[in-house]
Amino acid sequence: MTARYQVARAAGATAAGLSRLAGRGTGTQIGGRVILAIDPTAMARAAGGRELALVSGTNGKTTTRTLLVAALETVEPVVSNAGGANLPAGLTAALTADTTSRLGVLEVDEPFLPRVVEAVEPRVVVLLNLSRDQLDRYAEVRRLAGIWHDALTGPHALAVVANADDPLVVWAASAAKNVVWVAAGQGWTFDSTSCPACGDILTRDGRRGWRSNGCGLTRPTPDWSVTDRTVTAPDGSSYDVELAIPGAVNVGNAALAAAAAAHWGVAPGAAFAAMARIPSVEGRYLETSFAGRPLRLLLAKNPAGWVEALAMSRPDAPVVVSVNARAADGRDPSWLWDVPFEVLRGRHAVASGERSRDVAVRLRYAGVDHVRVDDPADALRAAHGSGPVEVLANYTAFQTFRRVVGDG
Amino acid sequence: MADPVRIVLVFPALLGTYGDGGNASVLAQRLRWRGIDAETIDVGVDDALPGEADIYVLGGGEDTAQTLAVSRLADGTLRRAADAGKQVFAVCAGFQILGETFLDGHGEVHAGLGLIDCRTDRLPGSRAVGELLGDPAVDGIAGPLTGYENHGGRTLLGPAAQPLALVRAGIGNGDGGDGAVQGSVVATYLHGPALARNPALADWLLTRVVGTLAPIDDTEESELRRERLAFVRHGRSRRWRRQWKPPARDS
Ligand SMILES: [Zn+2]
Repeated sequence: MTARYQVARAAGATAAGLSRLAGRGTGTQIGGRVILAIDPTAMARAAGGRELALVSGTNGKTTTRTLLVAALETVEPVVSNAGGANLPAGLTAALTADTTSRLGVLEVDEPFLPRVVEAVEPRVVVLLNLSRDQLDRYAEVRRLAGIWHDALTGPHALAVVANADDPLVVWAASAAKNVVWVAAGQGWTFDSTSCPACGDILTRDGRRGWRSNGCGLTRPTPDWSVTDRTVTAPDGSSYDVELAIPGAVNVGNAALAAAAAAHWGVAPGAAFAAMARIPSVEGRYLETSFAGRPLRLLLAKNPAGWVEALAMSRPDAPVVVSVNARAADGRDPSWLWDVPFEVLRGRHAVASGERSRDVAVRLRYAGVDHVRVDDPADALRAAHGSGPVEVLANYTAFQTFRRVVGDG
Repeated sequence: MADPVRIVLVFPALLGTYGDGGNASVLAQRLRWRGIDAETIDVGVDDALPGEADIYVLGGGEDTAQTLAVSRLADGTLRRAADAGKQVFAVCAGFQILGETFLDGHGEVHAGLGLIDCRTDRLPGSRAVGELLGDPAVDGIAGPLTGYENHGGRTLLGPAAQPLALVRAGIGNGDGGDGAVQGSVVATYLHGPALARNPALADWLLTRVVGTLAPIDDTEESELRRERLAFVRHGRSRRWRRQWKPPARDS
């Protein structure tokens, strides 16, 4: 361990502590930034000697990371970057805070995956999906697939666990030598109309198959398949996956996590049993109550995530739709028009958040009965009826609702 | 009962990156709320573009999708519809491909469909990302036009086209104007829910199809417009624009 790295770690811990004392959250990000400023190689040093799995993709990073941690913790303790700190500073802080765990699972913000792969030399990289998200920052989804493809090209020893149903992911992963394909599903196809390799149209067969008319890139035969709630492992054994968290999409995420955990010898049955016990993931899917009324929190950050969250929500419950447009959300809420809010017709909705006016106009054109209430607590009170309320919120709006219901 | 007004959403799987499909829904709903039957038709990439429709709506898209869309539209159906006076409303990349030329994903000059007398190259400097505000440059549209833009293209109009608006805040075409009007073809860089944010523009387009429209209650749209106009007026948009950086790719 170099002197510079030791100084960097100590300074980072001090900065994080001061930030906590000042009431600015956990101080993870600031601590990590201080460490990297003093020793730019700190992420690589902190990763040294460990066996790491990285998880990246537009949706499901935090959930899949949590599922994989549960599976690996059946073997031994695991270091992980909880709390959504998935940029290099957050990863560095998480790794320097835990010097003993030999295994680690890190979720990584999509554009930073190449840099993190290079620095930490992971054993496994899990690639979930790619779709439009924060277009004001990232401009084009295809470019993310391109930089992943470049990062995985070369003589890496790493294994990739990749979603065979997402053409963008398949093209990126196909650059790697060792890939395990998982049929984790794709609910949103609008960002993979054309082939990520050659640009020609992708033909779909109405089930899960797809093929490029131009270059022949096609859906790989999955090693792990998923049908409804049944996951079939490469050896042909099948598992009924009954998770406490909702959503068909999360069965796919569990299959990806199980395929990754298998690299450490965790049997699928043991992995799924550990995953099944997770009740919620950093507030996501949390079942709680407010003013005596049951409610559930669902996070949705982009059109693909909203389609999933709308599918998870109870078909008869009123819905609070809360949207902000801060930097972490993306400044442009135009994506509201990509989300099929028409499925909420017949239910009562409350438009809330800092961009409640955009939500209200969207709901008006979707034909959904609604009111607009900016304040989150008042929004919960405004939902019709007395049964459970579903809260669907994007990133920073979700954090607001977690505080309102006393979680986080 | 009269035939429904047919609104065609052109290849939403290719041209619809920023929720632009919403423009077709807005047009249809604003007719229905007035008791006028309307039908929206989403055209898939493998389907032929219907020749007999009243309004064609095109959205934004990524570079390769844009080039694919041009090849799918090269059969002349859209051009014949425009020549026959059918309304065409195009946003962002959809606007660019209706011009004489645009730049493809490799930066090469690509022939457009030639429905608008304009050429698109690159804006000097970084992409235009942020709120866009303009005053209508054509008669009959009340109030400023407001929306969001996110593009790297600069579009210079020729003599046959006139701008849709004169830019007050933001970039637009890059020469002080935004969008284009040429006969029955109307285009803008206001993406996403341009017509939801600007019901006067939606009704102006619809009036060109069905004639005078009865007024409807646009309270919620007005509240949204007031908020966005105040936001731009306070200059917060410009500050954000300066902060915008492309994501780190090789650092
Ligand atoms: Zn191809």
